Amino acid sequence: MKDTKVIELEEVAIRFSGDSGDGMQLTGTLFSDATALFGNDISTFPDYPSEIRAPQGTVGGVSGFQVQFGHKEINTPGDDAHVLIAMNPAAVKANARFIRPGGTIIYDVDSFNQKNLDKAKFTTTDPFAELKLEDFVKIPVPITSLTRESLKDFGMDNKSILRSKNMFALGLICWMFGRPMDYIENFISTKFAKKPMVVESNLKVLHAGYNYGMNMQHMTPRYWVDAAAIEKGTYRNINGNQATAWGFLAAAEKAGLELFLGSYPITPATDVLTTLAARRDLGVKTFQAEDEIAGICTALGAAFAGNLAVTNTSGPGLALKSEAIGLAVMAELPLVVVNVQRGGPSTGLPTKTEQSDLLQALYGRNGESPVVVLAASTPSDCFYYAYLACKIALERMVPVILLTDGFLGNGSEPWRIPAMAELPEIKPRIAKDSSKFKAYRRDVETLAREWAFPGMDGFQHRIGGLEKNQEGTVSHDPENHQVNCEIREAKVQKVVEMLPELEVFGETDGGDVLVVSWGGTYGHTVSAVREMRKEGKNVSLAHFNFIKPLPANTREVFSKFKTIVVCELNLGQFAAYLRDQVPGFEYRQVNKLKGLPFTVSELKENVEKLLED
Amino acid sequence: MMTDLAYTIKDFKSENEVRWCPGCGDYAIMNAVQKTMADMNVPHEKFAVISGIGCSSRFPYYMSTFGFHSIHGRAAAIASGVKSANPDLNVWVITGDGDSMAIGGNHFIHLVRRNIDLNVILFNNKIYGLTKGQYSPTTDRGFVTKTSPFGTIEDSFIPGQLVLGSGGTFFARAVDSNVKHNQQVFAEAAKHKGTSMVEVLQNCVIFNDGIHEQIADPKHRAERQLFLEHGKPMIFGQENEKGLVLENGRLKVVTIGENGVSEADILVHDATETDLSIHMQLIRMTLPDFPIAMGVIRSVEAPIYDQELTKQIETVSAKRKVNNMDELLRSGNTWEVNEPNSSEPVPFFQKKCPIIQS
Repeated sequence: MKDTKVIELEEVAIRFSGDSGDGMQLTGTLFSDATALFGNDISTFPDYPSEIRAPQGTVGGVSGFQVQFGHKEINTPGDDAHVLIAMNPAAVKANARFIRPGGTIIYDVDSFNQKNLDKAKFTTTDPFAELKLEDFVKIPVPITSLTRESLKDFGMDNKSILRSKNMFALGLICWMFGRPMDYIENFISTKFAKKPMVVESNLKVLHAGYNYGMNMQHMTPRYWVDAAAIEKGTYRNINGNQATAWGFLAAAEKAGLELFLGSYPITPATDVLTTLAARRDLGVKTFQAEDEIAGICTALGAAFAGNLAVTNTSGPGLALKSEAIGLAVMAELPLVVVNVQRGGPSTGLPTKTEQSDLLQALYGRNGESPVVVLAASTPSDCFYYAYLACKIALERMVPVILLTDGFLGNGSEPWRIPAMAELPEIKPRIAKDSSKFKAYRRDVETLAREWAFPGMDGFQHRIGGLEKNQEGTVSHDPENHQVNCEIREAKVQKVVEMLPELEVFGETDGGDVLVVSWGGTYGHTVSAVREMRKEGKNVSLAHFNFIKPLPANTREVFSKFKTIVVCELNLGQFAAYLRDQVPGFEYRQVNKLKGLPFTVSELKENVEKLLED
Repeated sequence: MMTDLAYTIKDFKSENEVRWCPGCGDYAIMNAVQKTMADMNVPHEKFAVISGIGCSSRFPYYMSTFGFHSIHGRAAAIASGVKSANPDLNVWVITGDGDSMAIGGNHFIHLVRRNIDLNVILFNNKIYGLTKGQYSPTTDRGFVTKTSPFGTIEDSFIPGQLVLGSGGTFFARAVDSNVKHNQQVFAEAAKHKGTSMVEVLQNCVIFNDGIHEQIADPKHRAERQLFLEHGKPMIFGQENEKGLVLENGRLKVVTIGENGVSEADILVHDATETDLSIHMQLIRMTLPDFPIAMGVIRSVEAPIYDQELTKQIETVSAKRKVNNMDELLRSGNTWEVNEPNSSEPVPFFQKKCPIIQS
């Protein structure tokens, strides 16, 4: 299994950086103290210029403050920062080398004017490109103008107003990292007790920054997954949403088809759309629809017309797409739906991760409506499972739902870049012989029908949501309906022939405890199992990427273990599914529903408790 | 000039038995569509007919073209995907007042707004037929149906008004029984580049029989319908004696020869006028003060979504820095790993996910 290490937020390093007059030291200190009081261990590293007032706006005048914090014991302030807060261009320049590859840069976009670019000695108008920071997550925030706006009724002079900018940044960071602000508020109230105006204005701006973060739903990857780079090759950082988008692109190229994405913006899935929208250069057709329903319906139309059609969404959007997925099932068109899961139900926790859409993906439609369900397990393998989802859809003429989640979508990791030649062939079932073509004539082995689309002379036919006979004629015949329902289910089950068997990490011949997990929890479950094994415990892992159909050897694997414990970020959906599909075992459960990934320590604690029983 | 394909109406009929009620207005509309397609000289395989749900939406099954009978309200969205995926196709959308004014209202206005090159035929019978007689968004206020036993308390949509409000480039109106006029209008719709919206006043013989009778009755046709033609004066009446003039910005019916009105005073129809006001007034004309405007009311030019999409792809591709996936994957920040202890790479699909090759 993949050698992956999950670094949880327990070790996130943030670097505050600006002019020495921008109050970065105070900002960093306040954030650190608030964090320490919140119960995190911290380690900080102030880094400021020797001159108290070096020339404003220059690289030499940049003052920085780095803090690393986490649940575990933190011994260093972190080598490189995950997040840089830059109040001006000089701060970016001075700190570029201290940011982790793929990290996040939050910057005061108001200060990125020609004057400041010149002062920091940038030679182009794009400082990020100049510093080769293209692949970093960049969040432009109009800190100066929003600070000014929130203090417009205070009758303060410009200089005093600008002095409060740091509070805006601090409020924003508090939102992003879920820090309570009461400590900071108390500090400000006490320190400036004699200057009520200062207290009031600073608190106003602090809250303005916090609310801005909340309104914009700004978030940074809060978790980091590090793969040990042990294979030779060219590497890059990639997040799950980008990997998913690129997996679709790779599949389209391999299959020789145009790629069409019908989509509606939704957190945390939107970056699949933005990534593909940027690829007009490779002929990608992204269609930003009027709603989730139109997102999938345009995709389905594109599938009917012969494109590789995909749609992306998150939980509530999947609910809206249900009816159209049913149509894809009935019409037997190739369609891939990626659901970047988030906390539910309803609007739930849009920016948080969860695995609670599993049963929706499996069953959330009217009628007997089977689809293939896959789940990616790390940010980078979203690429391969997106690719595989397309391969299955195109070769088996079946809709495929790919489950990722907010943790995978926003999380990133180093990834060995594959060559296209490494990827398996994709052979869409495009009809060739019009004399033999019937809309629902099937391959006897795979039960897949053939794909013929408008423009192909001699293949004119009608499909739709009504039940059909083999010729494609509407049929209300009772026998025909029963047979077709069984065929559509069997067709999905036969996809198992394309899939690898379930692997066991640990005791491959069987043992005491088998941890079962699926999808985006892989990094945490494998880390927990690895640590327990190092401690001499008889614990193994079976991680599922294939939900429907389940790997062919699932029962065989389960039968070799005394205790099976299914760990998932919901109330037991996969466990329920396994009880139904692979009965005869007692499935113990570890569940978490906090909008957060598992932590390695809580997984260990729970599994060890089972071992003691 | 491509060769004459010489299709006839029969080339567009499927072998499926047509199952609309006897006397349904849909038959006449379908004949007109088939005749229009036969005359278009477009290869048969390039036609795609997309529908939603409702009586009219059974349409694709009765055509010999590619067809997709989809789900309620979504034909506009599905057809948008079809046309965007392959702009070379000739795509028709068949929908009804329930399908596109109620459940599919959102897709309807956004289709029009985007101006995707589709031909939409909206069968307006002011009733839900397939579900057996409930009022629809085009049912008149006060009308008694099964779900409004005491009369509706809602105003209806005027489809043309919605089209113009959404920035529509083409709107026409016709009556189901007037096959010849239908054909003319459909031919104009097919010619128009952009979303062509044709409202056909269609009679539901079972649940709303005669709903358009006052307008449609051939006996009163000349008096009650104004057949608009671009560049021609807006004249109607048994003796072509009536016409429309503009008075203080408002349309007004006048009689030629009375009060000093001559034919030269009659307003000339300009379907290409971008300003909405006269087109909107024409669309809103109702009996008994006005005749009902028929024919192509509006046909203006505007950027077309599917063409813009193709153009954008061509423009951006021409300047691209990456030419394929291998180049894209290696673009941006990358680094090499080649340590003495690093192993040879094994492809994912051999190691982590050894899928079986077909």
